[in-house]
Amino acid sequence: MSTATATPPVAKPERSGLPSWAIQGLVSVSAIVLALLVGAILIIVGDDEVNAAVKYFGAAPMDTISAAFSAVGEAYQALAVGAIGGITPISESLTQATPLICGGLAVSLAFRTGLFNIGAQGQLIMGAILAGYVGFAWHLPPVLHLIVAIVAGLIGGAIWGGMVGLLKARTGAHEVIVTIMLNYVAIYLLQWLLTTSTFQRPGRADPISPIVDANAQYPQFGDTRLHVGFLLALVAAVFVWWLLNKSTIGFELRAVGANADASKTAGMSVGRAYVVAMVVAGALAGLAGTQQVLGTDLPLTDGVAASVGFDAITVALLGRGTPLGTVLAGLLFGALNAGGLQMQLITQTPLTLTTVLQATIVLFVAAPALVRSIFRFLPKDRGAGAILAKGWNG
Amino acid sequence: MSDVTVQDTVPAAAPAAIEAPADRVRRLRVGGLMLVFALIGLGLAIFTKGGEATFQLVSGDLQNNLLGLPAQPVALLLGALGVLAAVAYVLRRVPQKYSGWLAIVLGVCFIGAFLCWAAAGKTFPLANQFQGTLNFATPLILGALAGVLCERAGVINIAIEGQFLVGAFTAAVVASTTGSAVAALIAAAVSGVLMALLLAVFSIKYLVNQVVLGVVLVVFATGITGFLFDQFLQEDAAKLNTPDVLSAVKIPGLGDIPFIGPILFNQTALVYLTYIAVAVVTFVLFQTRWGLRVRAVGEHPKAADTVGIRVKRVRYSAVLWAGVLAGLGGAFFTVGYAGSFTKEMTAGNGFIALAALIMGRWHPIGAMVAALFFGFATQLQSQLQIIQTPIPGELLLMAPYLATIIAVAGLVGRVRAPKADGEPYVTE
Repeated sequence: MSTATATPPVAKPERSGLPSWAIQGLVSVSAIVLALLVGAILIIVGDDEVNAAVKYFGAAPMDTISAAFSAVGEAYQALAVGAIGGITPISESLTQATPLICGGLAVSLAFRTGLFNIGAQGQLIMGAILAGYVGFAWHLPPVLHLIVAIVAGLIGGAIWGGMVGLLKARTGAHEVIVTIMLNYVAIYLLQWLLTTSTFQRPGRADPISPIVDANAQYPQFGDTRLHVGFLLALVAAVFVWWLLNKSTIGFELRAVGANADASKTAGMSVGRAYVVAMVVAGALAGLAGTQQVLGTDLPLTDGVAASVGFDAITVALLGRGTPLGTVLAGLLFGALNAGGLQMQLITQTPLTLTTVLQATIVLFVAAPALVRSIFRFLPKDRGAGAILAKGWNG
Repeated sequence: MSDVTVQDTVPAAAPAAIEAPADRVRRLRVGGLMLVFALIGLGLAIFTKGGEATFQLVSGDLQNNLLGLPAQPVALLLGALGVLAAVAYVLRRVPQKYSGWLAIVLGVCFIGAFLCWAAAGKTFPLANQFQGTLNFATPLILGALAGVLCERAGVINIAIEGQFLVGAFTAAVVASTTGSAVAALIAAAVSGVLMALLLAVFSIKYLVNQVVLGVVLVVFATGITGFLFDQFLQEDAAKLNTPDVLSAVKIPGLGDIPFIGPILFNQTALVYLTYIAVAVVTFVLFQTRWGLRVRAVGEHPKAADTVGIRVKRVRYSAVLWAGVLAGLGGAFFTVGYAGSFTKEMTAGNGFIALAALIMGRWHPIGAMVAALFFGFATQLQSQLQIIQTPIPGELLLMAPYLATIIAVAGLVGRVRAPKADGEPYVTE
């Protein structure tokens, strides 16, 4: 066939030379660098040696500066070693990343459908409640018990998420408000259950359940805390990728997310998309709940969710709503959490520094214009639109 | 009173025959919900034990000023009255414009019947109940007012929780180091404004999605106050984290009114500031030029721009003023109530404030009423634990959140946000 066919050349959109994903990657890396700088300032302000040296800053300014550099260097070195310096740190990072990835996927999937799922926390708790209950109250053969417990967790999350989708589809109730409220309902439900004889461990007065059966626990890798739940998180990411990019319903979800009115005109059911997205998102968060209760914690406590459900939002934002991005963001935040613990042990820098780092990273990622105004060399990304800027009535 | 004429000509016994299908559906939905509550109230009354329910009318006084009521007869009376109100609503037995009062009657009857049931044969500290309601509600009211100002101007504020935390932290530190309550409140307000500035710059200038931004700012505030607490306040608690709690100031005259006087008018300066804030925000928003502009840029920024209003400037000013209120609300947690700062001490109150503003339909008075209701539920939970009722406290703590979901699901009237709420304004 001749190459000089009649097909007209496709008009290429004007680009700055780099593909969109590369620019987004650059912005993300720049955001991380900026966040580390903000963190460095906090470390310097909080360091005793620096504060001692500042008192004679006029006489010997270099003392202050070198103290500052060594404080920051030691803290970040401890952070890095605690995150990736060997088998144990790496396994710890992956353990921390596991529920963050699943929770992040729950937020990402809803995000792509045009929904803000602030409710991963509540969905995770409901998943943990059901999975934990099946884990310690039922006694089933190996393998089967784990599977049943996981399914129970998925169902718990799916119900909690599905309610949000259903309310949105049927009454137009805004999902942000409903999910925030359901988070608290779930927390109080868990706290109440842990005072009942069904859930509370016999002989205990504090809110803790019996330990889940060995048959219902995720098998662990060697003598690390890392468990098979991590592999399930990766499987979940592949599943979300397949769902969004290869399936018919996924196409509908993305279409509704891009333009609900147009999708409706094209004959798609917007309400159904909302329900499906929230059911699957809830199940993903429920999976994170099973990972916490069947893999990491083992008894169910009122702290089972920690702040995973909220961190999941930042993970999804950093991952820009894509499965791969969410996995990478989950790994980064998991590493920060694990490294932060070591940093606190070795250099007495509080673990809360990592919370600041995570918030700052996402803040910068969400405002690429700000990052560009600091790092002037970054090209403008024409491919990226503003993320879903809409309000309560949207 | 111009809209009275048409309605008043219709006699109460024969309601207007014509009703839009949508109104009918709403009436039946709301009426159904009211009936459910009325029947629960009546059920509680039926299961009320005999004996006397004693209500304590002066806080801490167990001997005098007690109100003894025969528990079951009173509960039955209130329960029946509640059912009557619900039935009247469903059957449209009162003119449309009074139908809202039926819901209020039902609410009062329900709570009354509930209290009779809970307090039968016991002593219920009624004065403490209202005192505590006001304590819990004060920061909620301030936070919700902050939210009202932001969202009326078209900027979603989910970060109230973060502003609370920073305000609470700053107030504690400044009160400890300077020993001055005034300085502490001013510092808390300034810190609230700084958080608001982040919200404003990122949403108005950098067009960051405001829900994202709110979530991230809460995480940021949690992290930064947690870091500073770990790094400084814990090491040097005696110097940095021992603020004096504001002392109550009795207003002469008003404070002597029986029952409500000590509750409403023997409070700290922060509570009085809250009363003033409700009045001022309501007045400013609905009676001044600036308020009109705020509402205009929140509803239709383009139209506002066309008539020469500087949309972004108005939004900045609304968000920053809201920061003052949220910062003061945060101060309540430390210098207004608990004293020293602890990590994440605001415990989700910022989100309850958000709920209150939505329940209150983006109106300052409505937000205040919703905040008082939430405060009432929270206080009732701790009171019922003391007098030991079979109701788990956790279920009562859920009440504000469930009520908000019911409200936004449209079961109780339409809840509508300002039209341009959350949408950044971009000029071509």
